[in-house]
Amino acid sequence: MNIVVVVKLVPDLVEELTVDASGTALDTSWLRRIINEFDDHAVEQGILLKERSGGQVTVLAPDVEGADDILFTAAAKGADRLLKLSGDFGSGVNNHALARALSTTIKDLKADLVLTGVQAHDDSDGPIGPLLAEFLGMAYLGYVAGLSVQEAKVTARKEYPGGLVAEMEVDLPAVLGIQASEKPPRYVAVSKVRQAMQTAKLESQAAPAWDMSGGLPVARMFQPEAASRATLIEGDAEAVSSRLVEILKEAGVL
Amino acid sequence: MSQDVYVAIEHVQGQVADISYVMLRAARELATRAGGGVVAILMGHQASGLAEAMAADRVIYFDHPALKEFTPEAYQRVLAGLIHDDSPRALLLGNTTIGSDVASVLSARLGIPLVSSCRTVSPDGKLVVQTCGGKIMAEVELAATTTLVTVIPGGYSPEEGKGAKAPEVVTRQAPALEGLRVRLSKYIEPEAGDVDISKESVLVAVGRGIQQEGNLELAEELAKALGGTVCASRPVVDQGWLPVSRLVGKSGKRVNPKLYLALGISGAPEHVEALTDSETIIAVNTDPAAPIFSVAKYGSTVDLFELVPVLTERIRGAKTS
Amino acid sequence: MSITTQPELTASAAFLDSLSSFADGERIRRCQQCGACSGACPYGYLMDFPPSRMITMLRADEFETLRACDTVWMCIACYACSRVCPIQIPLTSALMARAKEEALLAGNVPTELSQALENCQRYGNVLGQSPRKRADWAKDLSPAVRVLGKEAPSTDILWYVGDYGSYHPRLQAVSRALARIFQALGLDFAILGPDEVTDGDSQRLAGERGLFEMLAAKNGQALKRTKFNLIVTPDPHAYNALKHEYPALGISYPVSHHTEFLAARLDQLRPLLREPVKARVAYHDPCYLGRVNHVYDEPRALLSAIPGVELIEMPHTRETSLCCGGGGGGMWLDGFQWEKAHTRTSEWRVQEAVTAGAEVLAVACPYEPIRFEDAAKVVDGAGSLAVKDIAELLAESMGNPGGA
Repeated sequence: MNIVVVVKLVPDLVEELTVDASGTALDTSWLRRIINEFDDHAVEQGILLKERSGGQVTVLAPDVEGADDILFTAAAKGADRLLKLSGDFGSGVNNHALARALSTTIKDLKADLVLTGVQAHDDSDGPIGPLLAEFLGMAYLGYVAGLSVQEAKVTARKEYPGGLVAEMEVDLPAVLGIQASEKPPRYVAVSKVRQAMQTAKLESQAAPAWDMSGGLPVARMFQPEAASRATLIEGDAEAVSSRLVEILKEAGVL
Repeated sequence: MSQDVYVAIEHVQGQVADISYVMLRAARELATRAGGGVVAILMGHQASGLAEAMAADRVIYFDHPALKEFTPEAYQRVLAGLIHDDSPRALLLGNTTIGSDVASVLSARLGIPLVSSCRTVSPDGKLVVQTCGGKIMAEVELAATTTLVTVIPGGYSPEEGKGAKAPEVVTRQAPALEGLRVRLSKYIEPEAGDVDISKESVLVAVGRGIQQEGNLELAEELAKALGGTVCASRPVVDQGWLPVSRLVGKSGKRVNPKLYLALGISGAPEHVEALTDSETIIAVNTDPAAPIFSVAKYGSTVDLFELVPVLTERIRGAKTS
Repeated sequence: MSITTQPELTASAAFLDSLSSFADGERIRRCQQCGACSGACPYGYLMDFPPSRMITMLRADEFETLRACDTVWMCIACYACSRVCPIQIPLTSALMARAKEEALLAGNVPTELSQALENCQRYGNVLGQSPRKRADWAKDLSPAVRVLGKEAPSTDILWYVGDYGSYHPRLQAVSRALARIFQALGLDFAILGPDEVTDGDSQRLAGERGLFEMLAAKNGQALKRTKFNLIVTPDPHAYNALKHEYPALGISYPVSHHTEFLAARLDQLRPLLREPVKARVAYHDPCYLGRVNHVYDEPRALLSAIPGVELIEMPHTRETSLCCGGGGGGMWLDGFQWEKAHTRTSEWRVQEAVTAGAEVLAVACPYEPIRFEDAAKVVDGAGSLAVKDIAELLAESMGNPGGA
């Protein structure tokens, strides 16, 4: 089974995020990029499938700062092939452009199953999974938490709100948007990653020119007003309760 | 291109999802500016009655057995054909397990632009979108051509998308829906075990300040009045007063409720880090310097044993009025 | 690795062999199976394989069973076992650390801990906070605490603050107290600021040798870029790492724990201790200051110098002190350990303090205020027990509350 996992790097929310001078994009000077959490789950799911029923796992990532470490970590977990898509990521590349470029590479890989995180918090033009599927001519199912592979199809558990799950069949080849891997992404000891750095090979492929159509430009980017300290409601139990009921109504809870 | 704004209605097992009403409200903003109407797009089987409460100018209804429950490809085919035929100003879908599976496919298939995670429409008609976990917002203008928009909850309340008068329903012929590559086998209901607090919308959280197991009842009453669930920080769970499944924190669950009401919780980092996705946090703690007040939106230093019973009564009153 | 005509080593034999790379590691072969270690271990009764049984299993070639067992994560690296071993086998630093390493490599590690370790890898601190904010605690202090850098490349005392002292609200109060003391003594001191990363000692003992070396290298580089005469730290784990583990990696500097450092300056300090702190104070010997590094008297000398303090001892004292449960990864295994034990060593210790009649439990390690304060919430009669770092008590006596 030929499994391809597509991984994106996203801004780390632990750092302060600010808008740059243009007012339409993030200030990247202090930006730290980390693996999209859902893509981390996709990698884990790919490795789990390989461990269960054999196959090969190829992990694809855009060639930006931090990608090497993520790919070596994937190799330490058991990924067989590491591929970087290189190009000019400087002024931001949307998911439509990335998906178009990646689909050429993935077609050559002859994937049976493509896994990627169901979403990323910097998505502006929808998640990348369904775009990949359409460009590859494959079926797509998102919000998958658990799957098993049969001959020419996959049985997947799709998560709905409130704990409801839909068991769906998806014909292969397909793209799945992973919500959660069946087991939490495994920890990889630093020594294992270092070992992978010695033994694993990073391949690189140049992306064709970016075609960003499908996304729309940002007119204005801004930080929402931050409340740094709670508004303390004055008064006794009666007064506070009255105010709270108002607040709960405003919040749409009552 | 028409100036109508279409909304792809979401429903599961005969229930219209709240996001559908939120989208109808958002669509009203866009439609008013465009000079068109709000059109609810309902796909289902023998389900036209679901449109009753929708605040839409009209409903386009597609009936087909294959549309009884959502599957991505069925919805993609119907909506692709619809957009091709009608060229609406915009089509709104939920940023959900239903809408997200469809929107991007439509964008790629039809070559039309998509803007995701829209929360509201600005006074000057721009889409206000949320990104980076809500830390950054952006404004995007609709394209000159049909634009796809996925909508997240929180900007408008579902009530605002409901109408007193049932809209006119026009039935259209669904396209061929054979040979779907994604098929629903069955739904699996959540286990009749304990509640999954990470999926709850209203949480009443108790900490050490609750003092004794017997006092939990106060929190349960409040939770019941609010239609929510009780959860806890570590000391309460350690005492065995609540099961581990109710633990919120580093060693417990991350939660993202609409409302997190923290009673007698000091706000240690190990607890607080798991609630940062909460929409509104209200904290009750007699210590004004408690760290919980740094993450809460509102707070009170009134003793929770005084406040909670009064608050519960008030809430019950508000619900019946 | 060697090409020999001997039969290939079994996994168990390879494991035992690997312990020879630790100081005195080969002593494990002389284990008498007396069981003193397992008896002394606070959680020994909960482990499927406490230290002596672990050795039995290795001798019986049962390495795979050991590696698949998760009770090794009950070990809090408190050195109770190492202290009582008649052969002085390095049980904590070699056997248990290596056993944890093997479990970790096999993926047998509780998520709580692996999260903390990932935070260290990514952010250089176990709390997952932005490294850029490491010195924010010192920002608005007046007088300011100097951060070493291009403008200030040298200092007399380099104060290694540590993760909790930098980021955790409870321990930032201790940092502020210590800053006031240093300033009152007119010392030339500074901190590394964002260049400082976690010392890595607990991570080493939790089985992440690779991570420890990576963190040590980062700290080593930061230290090399500056000039100083002495490192002072309020963190016994950092103290232990700097003193005993970093030198083998080529990073060797003189280091003092803040209690050692201040006790040596008691003559200067005593006149500043104007306000009485009227309380019965029990001093808790931190594992890595006391049992591991034999520093017992200096903290007591400091406490005795505070007017109003009545210093009392608890039954477990000095080398028999009861661990707070934070070491060897314990700080990040609380949920896991609670599930197994339904009790905590910190709760036993707080109970001891209460029974001994203490009003204040004095500590000298960043793990302790958090662990003991949490324990005090659930121990009967501990409602009014205050937990304070010695620095906080000294600052209080100096007439400064030491920061809110």
